[in-house]
Amino acid sequence: MSSETIALSATGPDAQPIGDRLHSWVTTVDHKKLGILYILYALLFLVIGGIEALIMRIQLIVPENQFVSPQVFNRMFTMHGTTMIFFVAMPILFGFGTYLIPLMIGARDMAFPRLNALSFWLTAFGGLLLYFSFIGGNGLYGAGNAPDVGWFAYAPLTARAFSPGHSTDFWTLGLLVSGIGSIGTAVNFITTIACMRCPGMTLGKMPLLAWLNLIMGGMVILAVSPLTAAQIMLCIDRYLGGHFFDTQAGGSATLWMHFFWIFGHPEVYILIVPSFAFASEIIPVFSRKPIFGYPVMVAATICIGFISFSVWAHHMFTIGMNSYSNTFFTITTMIIAVPTGIKIFNWIGTMWGGKIRFRAPMLFCIGFLFQFLIAGLTGIMLGASPFDWQLGNSYFVVAHFHYVIVGGILFTVFGAFYYWFPKMSGRMYNETLAKWHFWLFLIGFHLTFDFMHVPGILGMPRRIYTYEPGRGWEIWNLLVTIGVFFQALGVLVFVINLLLALRKGEPAGNDPWDAWTLEWSTTSPPPEYNFATIPTVWSRRPLWDIKHPEDPDWKYE
Amino acid sequence: MANCFLIVAKRQIRAEPMSYSEQARRVASRAAGIAVLLAGFLLAANLCYGAPTNTSQIPSIFRPESTPADSIFRLSLLVLSITGVIFLVVFGLLVYSVTKYRKRAGDDGREPPQVYGSNQVELAWTVIPVLIVLVLFLATARVIRSVQDAPEPGGAIEVTAIGHQFWWEFRYPALGVVTVNELHVPVSSSSHPTPTFITLLSADTHHSFWVPRLAGKTDLIPNRVNHMWIDPHETGLYLGQCAQYCGTQHAKMFLRVYVDSKEQFDQWIQEQRKPALANDSADEGRRIFETTACVNCHTVSGTAAAGRFGPDLTHLMSRSTIAAGAAENTPENLKMWIQNPDIFKPGSLMPAMQLNEKDLDALTAYLVTLR
Repeated sequence: MSSETIALSATGPDAQPIGDRLHSWVTTVDHKKLGILYILYALLFLVIGGIEALIMRIQLIVPENQFVSPQVFNRMFTMHGTTMIFFVAMPILFGFGTYLIPLMIGARDMAFPRLNALSFWLTAFGGLLLYFSFIGGNGLYGAGNAPDVGWFAYAPLTARAFSPGHSTDFWTLGLLVSGIGSIGTAVNFITTIACMRCPGMTLGKMPLLAWLNLIMGGMVILAVSPLTAAQIMLCIDRYLGGHFFDTQAGGSATLWMHFFWIFGHPEVYILIVPSFAFASEIIPVFSRKPIFGYPVMVAATICIGFISFSVWAHHMFTIGMNSYSNTFFTITTMIIAVPTGIKIFNWIGTMWGGKIRFRAPMLFCIGFLFQFLIAGLTGIMLGASPFDWQLGNSYFVVAHFHYVIVGGILFTVFGAFYYWFPKMSGRMYNETLAKWHFWLFLIGFHLTFDFMHVPGILGMPRRIYTYEPGRGWEIWNLLVTIGVFFQALGVLVFVINLLLALRKGEPAGNDPWDAWTLEWSTTSPPPEYNFATIPTVWSRRPLWDIKHPEDPDWKYE
Repeated sequence: MANCFLIVAKRQIRAEPMSYSEQARRVASRAAGIAVLLAGFLLAANLCYGAPTNTSQIPSIFRPESTPADSIFRLSLLVLSITGVIFLVVFGLLVYSVTKYRKRAGDDGREPPQVYGSNQVELAWTVIPVLIVLVLFLATARVIRSVQDAPEPGGAIEVTAIGHQFWWEFRYPALGVVTVNELHVPVSSSSHPTPTFITLLSADTHHSFWVPRLAGKTDLIPNRVNHMWIDPHETGLYLGQCAQYCGTQHAKMFLRVYVDSKEQFDQWIQEQRKPALANDSADEGRRIFETTACVNCHTVSGTAAAGRFGPDLTHLMSRSTIAAGAAENTPENLKMWIQNPDIFKPGSLMPAMQLNEKDLDALTAYLVTLR
């Protein structure tokens, strides 16, 4: 097998006709190609979801604006939220995991390569199904429309009485299909990490990225299943006369909320844990020190994984739960700040005493640390349930979770992009452009999401397509919208940098960052079989041991 | 600094030398950027609290006028100060480590000491946050109980609020009054407490009652009975709106709470209890009202109109707005609303009535007699 693949890479992919190359991408079961497919697919949807955000922000730039109708605005926030969570954040994180896990644990592929391909294509077609609603949502008569029930689709707005046509069905089925893909990926991650590690790589010597993706995989299986169940129940309600959530026939609106948020809150951690993984790989390399407190980092993440399943009802503090329930979900929500705080301290501990190189991946990770700190603190505010009675469902919440998802997750994803791009493409990106990207995006991010907290405090609820002048909200909405343009400019620079680097970037070499994990020991891009001989490791930083044979890590671990 | 605690394995090894001559300048510019951001934050905080000239209509949660909102406000000050201190400490550590431990120009290229961790330090930054969380939790639990489990005193006003797509129905069962969108409650003082206890129901989808200066929000959910209470300390108008996405016109489901003095409130109740006045001059309009689809949805007490799907119109002209606050209540706006509701509120469930000009004038003339 290996001699054949060597011959292929010697001729180079460019030598093949375009049809064959496309065919090889569509039919591939190679984890690296699937990883790249995931990432490209997510980037496409990132641009689409970004345009939807832009439409909303243009509508809200001044009070009583007429840029779009209320119906269009409601579709935009539904599609923006659904797209960004299910078709940007999850696939891009799965993509990096799919690409990196086998390389980092010294394996030649995932445990189930065909399941891997199936999972990707399910996710991909789930997204296409959702977007087909723009054409088919209202059936033949309404010329189509997208769902307008919000990304958490509270009952009974999704009942047929309030949501005629098929737009809600596209939402339900799109998420059902992609959710099955997510579960497939999670099973694959867990099995791969459990069974495919190279000789010497005990659980305690795995890179943190593998550990954190293992925990994420477990959370996906536990969290996505209730969502899938709820989508099936909703389909039964809409088409088979069920009354789970149909309040007009005695169903329960709060049942949907419980199902959704027992998925929805762990989902936040499903997204942030792989981001933690990127930070835990990038910060040590650019600080020139091993990760501070490796066992504590693993333990804290496991704690987060467990506690994240006990906090879901903090999304429901305003639904009139009794004081005991509100008290319980307040303490669980606040206690999750402890392991999260421990992680932040350990990253700072990693930088402490190092020699920090401020390359683009590190800059994005430092931005992440700063923003995730603030996101955590506003999270504590929202966790104090009486404070949430005021702030919940206001723009403060919107600012808070964008601080987590953009300021936390997207920043580390950009960092991961610059860090592993040389490995994936074999070429170096332009550092100056990357820094332009970082600063433009940082300024845009803070303009948008710092100021977005304020209208929430001043009583502006989320999901309103327009607002009245004179409530003190105008200036903040203007600043927020201006910030969005900076962010869009930053992403444009990012895309340009990416395309330029692919066309004429400097060759990156195997190990451009002087890093320590196994993916840097093979060529860039890696051959189809990853490693000519399966490596054997003695410590968490196998390449450190090779580079410093006189003082290897395994002496101290 | 903390090195005495750390398990240090010193290594002095040459690493690949890299050039970072601009390092210091970059760090300085980053610090400057952060300072600007912080200034922005402080400015924002200042504007929330501070008093620009006309702030009476800003529904800020930091200007409470009722006990539940006030308890939350005082809790929020505690939470904000604790999180503020945490922010300063951690942010300080972050900035310090990023500036102090940056790779400097003229670096010898050796790898720094390789530190793997420290159990003492880990223990410290586990125990301290746990203690902070405990304090925050106990303070929060007190406020939860004081707001949620407050007993209803004898003199309380009882109101049932029913959420509709996209308007509010308010019923005062003990007083025999029904009104919409504009809630009237009496002012409450510590010497003479007259709080208002609100039972929250929904006729269709999920809504949320939020008047930030009076109380936190509580949702109106179909098939579920919720409760909240307010005891406003100052008379005046308090603004709010639906805070849970409920359909197309969620944005224009405004709430106006008028806090009246005891006398004003009693007088308002007296007027609202009366049936609609018969007024001969508007007979033609009344005939049109009672013979078109209006009566299917609207009630005018004392007449044949007894629909419950839309707002009660018995005392329409006693309200200052129509369409749940989407427009001022003037005869011109009423006319436009009847003819084409989409002008004010596209997607509202009020149908365009398609009347001819003469009938429309007569109907409007009738409606303005409903005081």
